[in-house]
Amino acid sequence: MDRALGPTSVALVAVTVWLGLWVTPPDETQGNFVRLLYLHPALAWVALYLAFGLAALSSALYLWPRTRSQRWDLLAASTVEVGVVFLTLTLATGMLWGRPVWGVWWTWDARLTSTALLELLFIGYLAMRRVPADPHVRARRCAVLALLAGLDVPIVHYSVQWWNGLHQDQSVLVGGFHFKIHGSMLWTLLLSFVAMTVVFAWMVRRRYELAVRESAVADAALHEAVLERRAEGVR
Amino acid sequence: MAPAVTLRAAVALLGQFPVLAGVDLDVEEGSVVGVLGPNGAGKTSLLQLLAGLLALRSGSGSVMGCDLMGDRRDLRQRVGLLGHSPALYPELSAAENLRFGLRAMRRPVTDAADALERVGLTGRLSAAPARTLSAGQSRRMGLAWLLARRPALWLLDEPHAGLDIGGRDLCDEVIEQAAAGGATVVFASHDPERAAKVSNQVVQLAGGAVASSFEGQRPSHVA
Amino acid sequence: MWRDAVLVCGKDLRIELRTRVLLWQVVPFGVLTLVLFALALGPSTTELQRGAPGLLWLALLFASVLATTRSASIETPDGTRSSIRLLGLDAGGVFLGKAAALAAQLLVIAAVLELGLLVFFHVNAARLGIATPLELCAIAALAAVGTLYGAVVAGTDVAGTLLPLLVLPALAPVLIAGEKGTAAVLAGGGPGRWAIVLLVMAVAYLAVGTLLYGSLEEPT
Repeated sequence: MDRALGPTSVALVAVTVWLGLWVTPPDETQGNFVRLLYLHPALAWVALYLAFGLAALSSALYLWPRTRSQRWDLLAASTVEVGVVFLTLTLATGMLWGRPVWGVWWTWDARLTSTALLELLFIGYLAMRRVPADPHVRARRCAVLALLAGLDVPIVHYSVQWWNGLHQDQSVLVGGFHFKIHGSMLWTLLLSFVAMTVVFAWMVRRRYELAVRESAVADAALHEAVLERRAEGVR
Repeated sequence: MAPAVTLRAAVALLGQFPVLAGVDLDVEEGSVVGVLGPNGAGKTSLLQLLAGLLALRSGSGSVMGCDLMGDRRDLRQRVGLLGHSPALYPELSAAENLRFGLRAMRRPVTDAADALERVGLTGRLSAAPARTLSAGQSRRMGLAWLLARRPALWLLDEPHAGLDIGGRDLCDEVIEQAAAGGATVVFASHDPERAAKVSNQVVQLAGGAVASSFEGQRPSHVA
Repeated sequence: MWRDAVLVCGKDLRIELRTRVLLWQVVPFGVLTLVLFALALGPSTTELQRGAPGLLWLALLFASVLATTRSASIETPDGTRSSIRLLGLDAGGVFLGKAAALAAQLLVIAAVLELGLLVFFHVNAARLGIATPLELCAIAALAAVGTLYGAVVAGTDVAGTLLPLLVLPALAPVLIAGEKGTAAVLAGGGPGRWAIVLLVMAVAYLAVGTLLYGSLEEPT
């Protein structure tokens, strides 16, 4: 399954791009700018819920003594790194779409504001990971940071209802399963969610494997370091 | 008598550096062990490990019945550590520091005054902010804290450093008194003669491991 | 836990009374911030009154970062941290105690900043008084968040530069809710749901902090 992730994600993205650019019609009011929406909501969903939800869960499992393992810390770090990339792309595609449709690159409505704050919180997490510190101390502190940042995710989810901003209301699901978008646009949108999820899984898998290998190299180096340390005493 | 400390191939890290590189050590309960070694040998790190303040990376270790690979919180409450740096809060006085510590440990705060008197920190010295104390006076404050706290395991990092002759003799008396009361004492030192005089066992550390060990001059069973 | 909280709170406040860092550094910094904001806005009373709610909360936020840094640094010296860990204090109690001490200091800062607002920004004193419940909830949230994030960076070499980067995004909802609530009060209404938002935030962070602080205190 691991080997299939890469080719599958490429294929899904390719089909989504084909459908989004050539098959689906332009929107009545937004024209061709609607095609950015085959990227933006999927990127947002993956970043806000999948990536940071997984980071929060991994961090909780690391902090819980019964399940504590370095692998949860490495998984959390990998998902945050990939999540920050997805969130940056979310904001970028949102701005590219917002400029022609809303007339502005940026507006301080609730969802955009909360999303920007979440991005900053997780950039803080990445900054903490780069602070020289004992790996276990750093892992614990980053795990706490991830959980605290995860508190912000529900705020993003309910921000449209709470603050009544300029951002699009939930475009697909309105009160249950009555879809607002129909036809090929709907299928393309749903496919984009699947494609971005698979891309995310592939990127996290690769990043996690790299982190595990880095850790194994450090462990191997430790054995050498112990021997060298003992030799200090003999000289 | 059950050993107070058992370490087998203990490795501990500071960052990625192995400060302890396979320590084997046995310390009998109620004994006094001196740890000698050059700078960087791992003496301080060994004491930190025994205090439960440094994690055991590999090997095995048991201190006062607590597994060093497990939860070390129980161990920490049974240990008293006299480190290099002055303990507790520099802005508070010696008396305030001791009273805070005793309240935290649910011990009678009246023990603070007795302990400070024992080490010669009375009057102005016990009331002035701890940061105004000299290095030797800070050491005495640290000893007072251990006297007041009465832990089962005393860990002293170069306790004679910074003390005058009287202070060093006081330190030896305090160590002897603690051991006579049933406590186990492990202390790091740069003074081999003094270490041998007060210890049952002297251990030489080098390169993060025990290089050699010999018997001290303190009798094993002191009435 | 509560006993340890009272003990730690008393200790932190005693240290503050002894050193007066709040009085001589943090409070003047807060006032300076307000003065600089007033200079940036210009002398127009209308502009100053319009900007007052946001600038009050911004000044309080910046001052709280300083106060948080100070609170976290009390246990920074190596010997102090080791000794505290050996005392067996309840981690949740330590968190609540430090948060309570920080909240007491933030109350003082807020009171001085409000006085500054009356003097420099010409706001209505009676209306500002109505915002007190909102302020108390916000201060509870600031103290809880600050204490928690302060512990995250404690002991690192880059605590001074890292703490603002970590804590200010987390405190942004306090800024938003505080500004909106205060603006509503000054406009003649009540703080409304903004006080509830801040109360929920305070309770959430106090609960999470009580649970997680022990993980941050655990050494290597």
